[in-house]
Amino acid sequence: MNITQISVFLENRPSRLRQVLQVLADRSINIQTLTIAEVSDFGILRLIVNQPEEAYAALKASHITCSRTEVLAVALEDTPGALLRLIDVFSSRRQINIDYMYAFVDRRDAHSIMIFRFEDIEAAKQALAEEGYTVLKQAEVLGQ
Amino acid sequence: MFSPDRESMHPSRLKQLQLERLRWSVRHAYENNAHYRGTFAAAGFHPDQVRSLDDLRRIPFLTKQEMRDNSPYGLFAVPMKDVVRVHSSSGTTGHATVVGYTRNDIELWSTLMARTIASAGGSAEDVLQVAYGYGLFTGGLGAHYGGEKIGATVIPISGGNTDRQLMLIRDFGTTMLACTPSYAINMADFAARHMPEFDFRKTRLRRGIFGAEPWTEAMRKEIESRLGIDAYDIYGLSEVIGPGVSCECSAKSGLHVFEDLFLVEIIDPATGEVLPEGSQGEIVYTSLTKECCPVIRYRSRDITRLHRDGCACGRTLVKMDKVCGRSDDMLIIRGVNVFPSQIEALLLEVEGVEPHYQVVVDRRGALDDIEVMVEVDEAIFSDEMKVMNALAEKIAARMRSTLGITAKITLVEPSSIERGAGKARRVIDKRKPQ
Repeated sequence: MNITQISVFLENRPSRLRQVLQVLADRSINIQTLTIAEVSDFGILRLIVNQPEEAYAALKASHITCSRTEVLAVALEDTPGALLRLIDVFSSRRQINIDYMYAFVDRRDAHSIMIFRFEDIEAAKQALAEEGYTVLKQAEVLGQ
Repeated sequence: MFSPDRESMHPSRLKQLQLERLRWSVRHAYENNAHYRGTFAAAGFHPDQVRSLDDLRRIPFLTKQEMRDNSPYGLFAVPMKDVVRVHSSSGTTGHATVVGYTRNDIELWSTLMARTIASAGGSAEDVLQVAYGYGLFTGGLGAHYGGEKIGATVIPISGGNTDRQLMLIRDFGTTMLACTPSYAINMADFAARHMPEFDFRKTRLRRGIFGAEPWTEAMRKEIESRLGIDAYDIYGLSEVIGPGVSCECSAKSGLHVFEDLFLVEIIDPATGEVLPEGSQGEIVYTSLTKECCPVIRYRSRDITRLHRDGCACGRTLVKMDKVCGRSDDMLIIRGVNVFPSQIEALLLEVEGVEPHYQVVVDRRGALDDIEVMVEVDEAIFSDEMKVMNALAEKIAARMRSTLGITAKITLVEPSSIERGAGKARRVIDKRKPQ
């Protein structure tokens, strides 16, 4: 199951991030996790939220440049070497490229959840299935 | 055609008419205006020397600076009792210049704009919404008088009040729109954002005449597809008369100049030398029948090209290309001449970049810095930094290879760049005047 991530274009100026957060707060949209990639002038804010479609519509209505991106979420034991073994699924012989990734802790138990953006999401899903990993559903990522 | 006998005149008869009128116009300027008398005398020229159209070259140029120096009334060639109106240039590149009109001049101008409306397919059947600013600016009243002259139903709404503009288009059955091209895009943007139920294709709007600022083929396509209309370029300058000097016809391949009323030449802006037809250079105007403010070899600073192609519309009048720049607006960046229109064309070529941009020129130490701010909309936004960086690098690389300048490309959020009802402010030059 793919997870919908909301990606937002932000100029690196005071109050730009605040405006985005205000739009989400006004609609009682909860942020599960986020990450920002930045260069000097602008950044790309990536969000996992509880209502991605509503968030996307609200941001668009506020004239904020944003998009929906399909990503994969994978649960991981919080133990040494766990991430290494997971990454090996993509890198060793399959040569599946990861565009970017970030992590947060599952609120239900002590698992880590890794979010991945792949060039080829279908190949990544197949590789995970072959190696016995389960990709999480949107609801599971949200701790529901 | 509104004036078929003039607009499709045989070239040899046209030349004869031009020569007769040129003699009158030069003599009128000489006899009734001290400034012309002075500059003609200083150049050793007398109106008796005009025996053929080629003798035009003997006459000194009139510059924008001379117009400013003689403001407000120094270039009038009639007594004030005969002047029924004044207009003033928008002053985008310096001090405003003032132009006056006699009753005959207003009649002439109305005819020119009626010809323009007809050239864009308009007629007495049309409901013409004039969204150019009314006032000292020539756009509003020029289109207004032309609309009345041709017998159209004129809606004199003037510029701004975009929500009201859209409501009138819908409720008053507007068929033809007159405004700046950037304002037309602004209207489409406004409708998309604030009036989701508004559909241009459900209105009666069919055509528009757009001018007062340079625009590109890509902007034409955008206006035509978003408003569901035919968009025509119209051209004019207040110093010469206002809008109505030239306009596109159904061929949309250049603007016919109303040569029976204005003589045009193309010169090298650096040397003043007259260039052969087909060359690109600065266009120079000589009015043939104007009374209050005759312009004799007025250097417009507009860069274009003249050509004749036996147009399918039946007009025998010479065509000018879309103005590709102004020698006034020409930026000299580290010694390289750059027109903002070149930057715009380049951005449009780079796939996906919408034409909202601003150029900021500054001087750091002894060097000029140029920054081009480009708005990022959803069509070009990517969640991947490498894609965004590649876009900026591609634009920078194109600027280096085609314009020879190294610019900083800054990606900005939509609407970061101000868009007004009037002329879009594309260039901010922070360097001290030299």
